[in-house]
Amino acid sequence: MEMKKPEIKSIPYEEFKDNETLEALIQEINKERTNVLVGKLDELINWGRSNSLWSLTFATSCCGIEFMAVGAARYDFARFGFEVTRNSPRQADLIMVAGTITHKMAPVLKRLYDQMADPKYVVAVGGCAISGGPFKGSYHVLNGVDKIIPVDVYVPGCPPRPEAMLYGMMQLQRKVKVEKFFGGKNRKQSRRDMTDGPIIVTNVPTSETDNK
Amino acid sequence: MNPTFIDTEKFRAQMEELRRNGMDFLRDIIGMDWGEEGLGAIYTLENSSTHETCEIAVRCTSRETPTIASVHDLWSVAEFYEREVYDFFGIKFDKHPDMRRLFLRSDWVGYPLRKDYDESEAINPIRMENEIPEDVQRDYEIAEDAERELYVKQTNKIFGDQYIINIGPQHPATHGVLRFRLALDGEEIRKIDVHCGYIHRGIEKMSEKMTYPQILAFTDRLDYLSAHQNRHALCMCIEKAMGIEPTDRVQYIRTIMDELQRIDSHLLFLSCAAMDLGAITTFIYGFRDREKVLDIFEEVTGGRLIQNYNIIGGVQADITPDFARKVKEFCNYQKSKIEEYNNVFTNNTITRKRMMGVGVLSRQDAISYGCTGGSGRASGWACDVRKRHPYALYDKVDFKEIIYNNGDCYDRFLVRIDEILQSIHIIEQLIDNIPEGDYKVKTKPIIRIPEGRYSAAVEGSRGEFGVFIESRGDKSPYRLKFRPMGLPLVAAMHKILKGAKIADLIAIGATLDYVIPDIDR
Repeated sequence: MEMKKPEIKSIPYEEFKDNETLEALIQEINKERTNVLVGKLDELINWGRSNSLWSLTFATSCCGIEFMAVGAARYDFARFGFEVTRNSPRQADLIMVAGTITHKMAPVLKRLYDQMADPKYVVAVGGCAISGGPFKGSYHVLNGVDKIIPVDVYVPGCPPRPEAMLYGMMQLQRKVKVEKFFGGKNRKQSRRDMTDGPIIVTNVPTSETDNK
Repeated sequence: MNPTFIDTEKFRAQMEELRRNGMDFLRDIIGMDWGEEGLGAIYTLENSSTHETCEIAVRCTSRETPTIASVHDLWSVAEFYEREVYDFFGIKFDKHPDMRRLFLRSDWVGYPLRKDYDESEAINPIRMENEIPEDVQRDYEIAEDAERELYVKQTNKIFGDQYIINIGPQHPATHGVLRFRLALDGEEIRKIDVHCGYIHRGIEKMSEKMTYPQILAFTDRLDYLSAHQNRHALCMCIEKAMGIEPTDRVQYIRTIMDELQRIDSHLLFLSCAAMDLGAITTFIYGFRDREKVLDIFEEVTGGRLIQNYNIIGGVQADITPDFARKVKEFCNYQKSKIEEYNNVFTNNTITRKRMMGVGVLSRQDAISYGCTGGSGRASGWACDVRKRHPYALYDKVDFKEIIYNNGDCYDRFLVRIDEILQSIHIIEQLIDNIPEGDYKVKTKPIIRIPEGRYSAAVEGSRGEFGVFIESRGDKSPYRLKFRPMGLPLVAAMHKILKGAKIADLIAIGATLDYVIPDIDR
């Protein structure tokens, strides 16, 4: 059974930008044949997953306020199934990195990402999360979160408008739909990656340094 | 601004005398690196009753071991300000109780705001391992039993044996990435240690390499809920230094925009404070009305949250023809909505029980900690810059400075609600009288500030926002310092929280209303 184009209810397929990336993904998946039963089950699960994306409330600066605006009365992302936000990474499906990530925050973000359960997604919101934005030249700013965690969707802007955030989330919904939940074709991390992943404390002071 | 230079030996005695003479409000400590002349700091002081100001500068000759006497016992806020100076310049403060870095990691190499700081990636790479707090001492013990395993025994220099709970940096009720470590006794808070710097973006250092119009863009991103006021302060400071006089039309537009921004910020405060206490309805109401302010911003400036509207000598673009009509419409609408908030939230029994008498900050402490803005005014301190040192059109309009006296969470909340009405009152006086004229003064393509030290202050949405520039006549400043509105509030946290319950921390944090990127800069 072949995987179909990812259609979502809100916007017709042709009106999305960057359809090529998804088509390449579909082609890769379609190289291997799937049992109809398993394929149908995958479709069902993906339909469910893509319409109830739970995001972690993770905001460091300005973009966080726009994220709140998306959740509030006028823009109301509950219309698309994103309204459940979680304060614990263990319960979240995706992390919206809204704001500048500094050197001090980088290990915290990495740890939050590691604590999330698979399958997990990352949306980089705003110039700072994408590339460092206006603070690119600073001594204390990480120039893009993709240096430490894999990013699925980039939403540019400083800060992005709520509509842009909604569009970014819809792109993510489509990306969720072109995954196979069974069969392990699209697993984001291999087992080896996962053992490398967690932060390991290396700078434990020895008794010599303590005495200094 | 012309600070008086004092020797390091006489400094402490001089400061004690100033304190005795009524200089009870320490506005800011500005760390300085004057190159070969040495490192030092500028202290700006104010008398809270006469509003008389004075600036004291102190310079250390040694670059290797610079030391200044600490003044943390004279002004409580100095404890945090001095830690900031130590963090950025490596100046040690003699007799300071807790000389740790405030913003950067404890294993950071070098002092970034020094002129000879090496920014290369090799010295300070992105460290992905966990930070080991400076106050933790590790001892290694071998168990006495047959297994003879190696144990790590940790002792904490600040907290001792007390039970420590960590809140943040990723926590929805800290309003950003602030981190607290609390020592608890049951539910009661015994001690608190605040960690800042999770969003320290190094704006002050970056400014030293940028031209003045470029720096303007940073101010909006400091406290994004007082974007207009912040930018107003920097523009005012540069205009003062260059001798540019903005037209009346510009002053009108700036004042109206400042007040609209204040309403926007207070609505967000209302929403977030309510949401922190579990009242989702009020959150939705607040954001619904806030969108109406943002609509006006968007039409005039093109931006919603960050507008980049003020420029040196004026504003970016003229107001739209139906600006006045829309603002008036909004004012009428907003006045009727205050009643709604009061019905649903302010007069609610749960709200009152959670806020009244909780987190009291006395007037004396508010001044000593320099807690300006709504939090200071709730404690009975008349600290509004608009009244103390009027700028723009604030000496021409009639408005009341809202002052409450209890200093608890409920008063801090009420101050903001009342200030929304006062802001509307200010706007209504101005909106029909906007004079014709240019919306910006022509400036030279390259802006250079004559040599000297300049400062300006505005009333931001949550306190006094100050700008200090030391110029050497170049197109970028030699040193630029912003006075954060939130740092004094965070410094006062341990005073307010002592003896409070852990659930009160949320109410207190929500009503103090700090914005973290403004603290960390």
